[in-house]
Amino acid sequence: MTYDADTLAQLRKDADEILSRYPVKRSALLPLLHLVQSVDGYVSPDGISFCAEVVDLTSAEVSAVATFYTQYKRRPNGEYQVGVCTTALCATMGGDEIWRQLSDKCGVGHDETTADGKISLERIECNAACDYAPVMMVNWEFFDNMTPDRALRVVDDILEGRDVKPTRGPHKVSTFKETERVLAGFEDGKVDEDQGVGDPTLVGLKIAREQGWEEQR
Amino acid sequence: MTDLTPVLSATWDAEQSWKLSTYESHGGYRALKKALGMDKNDIVQAVKDSGLRGRGGAGFPTGMKWGFLPPDDGGPRYLVVNADESEPGTCKDIPTMLSAPQVLIEGVAITSYAIGCNHAFIYLRGEVTHVYRRLMQAVREAYAAGHLGKNIHGSGFDLDVTVHAGAGAYICGEETALLDSLEGRRGQPRLKPPFPAVAGLYARPTVVNNVESIASVPAIIDRGVEWFTSMGTERSKGMGLFSLSGHVERPGQYEAPLGITLRELLDMAGGVRGGKKLKFWTPGGSSTPIFTDEHLDTPLDYESVGSAGSMLGTRALQIFDETTCVVRVVTRWTEFYKHESCGKCTPCREGTFWLTQILKRIEGGQGTEADIQQLLDTCESILGRAFCALGDGATSCISSSIQYFREEFEQHIADAACPFDHSASALFDYDAPAKVTEEAHA
Ligand SMILES: Cc1cc2nc3c(=O)[nH]c(=O)nc-3n(C[C@H](O)[C@H](O)[C@H](O)COP(=O)(O)O)c2cc1C
Ligand code: SF4
Ligand code: FES
Repeated sequence: MTYDADTLAQLRKDADEILSRYPVKRSALLPLLHLVQSVDGYVSPDGISFCAEVVDLTSAEVSAVATFYTQYKRRPNGEYQVGVCTTALCATMGGDEIWRQLSDKCGVGHDETTADGKISLERIECNAACDYAPVMMVNWEFFDNMTPDRALRVVDDILEGRDVKPTRGPHKVSTFKETERVLAGFEDGKVDEDQGVGDPTLVGLKIAREQGWEEQR
Repeated sequence: MTDLTPVLSATWDAEQSWKLSTYESHGGYRALKKALGMDKNDIVQAVKDSGLRGRGGAGFPTGMKWGFLPPDDGGPRYLVVNADESEPGTCKDIPTMLSAPQVLIEGVAITSYAIGCNHAFIYLRGEVTHVYRRLMQAVREAYAAGHLGKNIHGSGFDLDVTVHAGAGAYICGEETALLDSLEGRRGQPRLKPPFPAVAGLYARPTVVNNVESIASVPAIIDRGVEWFTSMGTERSKGMGLFSLSGHVERPGQYEAPLGITLRELLDMAGGVRGGKKLKFWTPGGSSTPIFTDEHLDTPLDYESVGSAGSMLGTRALQIFDETTCVVRVVTRWTEFYKHESCGKCTPCREGTFWLTQILKRIEGGQGTEADIQQLLDTCESILGRAFCALGDGATSCISSSIQYFREEFEQHIADAACPFDHSASALFDYDAPAKVTEEAHA
């Protein structure tokens, strides 16, 4: 491992915290891989050795697990992971066209990163936001009801170094590494940030209120 | 006309609805306090009597599942909440956890108490950062208020809750694959039996339930079995979230008694967008056979949907209007299954590969008449022979779409092209580029 002493000390401290959540060591592996990505921006050879040491597995065993899951990246990832949902429903509602325009604009294809390291583009599968189709995710924050214009603006903002704001999420999207730290189970103080609940989430409740249906119960 | 019945969604429009204080000011944790004063067996019995059936897709009776746990042997037993929500079309658990995570935590506490579990896990799909923040805070706040931790409200009952984020794999929603994943392995299904109730997480007795199933428990305990069974149909009791998406004026979450119809829901949702005609829809996600306008009045309960040839699944109603090419949609779903097949068994691994090849050929105008039969034969060789339900689910949209729209497949073949203008299905206007073949999923 080539981590410097400070990085390694912090990694060990975080790893201990993660281990404490589980009765069996090996269960810590998925969050540990997220933790490694929060430091290296991908599942690096160093990161694999580190995880292997922490959970008492071989590096080969850790790699076999890491390669099973699409969120773990084998090459250094862009600072922003931009995913366009192209599963059937979003694709039909316009996701395919959004993908085409973003891919043109960035000059990269699926699972590729722009030369400046800003954006990794990905065709993603259904992200459980179909009522907001077409959907895009940036570092796994929701960008609901996308159009090509809106999506291009988000990408422009990223490429030019401006903050980007999700729909149902915090005030601004964190970097890929910061996000991976949250996914390793470390809170970042943004939990109460909110852009308001979207209409699709509330549509049934509003109708019930207007009709006076909920008062009967 | 069926009324909507917001129960789980009732607080979603409250100011900071995700905070413990908001939840408590709406009666939250009353049910836990009541439950802690009850005999554990009475809680299990109440959930049995309520008729609550699993909301994660299969519809297995929840109380009965809890009852399958072997008698206490002094060792640990676990509750694992399935928050993987990845079945295409399904989008109900995410808004629940984003807007009201505490109802899930309260459900976890009551269920754990009832089944004798002292460490529960919530397995959340990894691709939803803000939802993970909300769940972590919900657990932290619940500990601080004494709803979790040691000696909860003086009852002597201890409970720890770990919220765990996955890392992108649909198959981890399958309960045994989920357990392997939670143990730090590749998420591949296990041979059953033994069922998780006997040998689940760490080979200990384990209950796996969907988010919505567990979130329904506090209301059942608080308001009673009779209240719950007053909603729904004969064998499909209670309320559920119906998620409308696609070509509909007002897509979103409609919480209603089981047995409501798509016609009723569409009425409330302003109909199919732009007054267009309904073409096909899924009653319960992409793994359930599609329906058409013939099924507008089919009661959306387990039995009625089943006898009409599909499954209630996750009540993910994906609506497609007349502008949609069914071959395109089915091809894309099939690419999803190919991508998500875990590779453990041959029928699914090979079958989804070949199905994708054939469908792409037909969609691209290079299909032959024999390809349709080839699709049906390939589906037949997967159905019932796959190791888990992912393989079976992959065949549903293909067989059902050929059943209802065979002539559309034939037209792609006869015309050697797709007869549809894809831009007409999009929700925004754009100039259709000269026919480009859409890039395949990786
Ligand atoms: C491929 C596949 C994916 C699944 N995905 C989910 C899921 O994301 N969430 C879920 O609750 N159940 C999912 N299930 C169903 C689970 O295996 C299991 O039946 C369910 O979690 C049990 O909970 P319930 O009885 O409360 O519904 C899936 C099943 C299969 C075969
Ligand atoms: S059916 Fe598919 S997902 Fe299920 S075990 Fe077989 S290969 Fe894996
Ligand atoms: S199909 Fe795109 S979010 Fe579900």
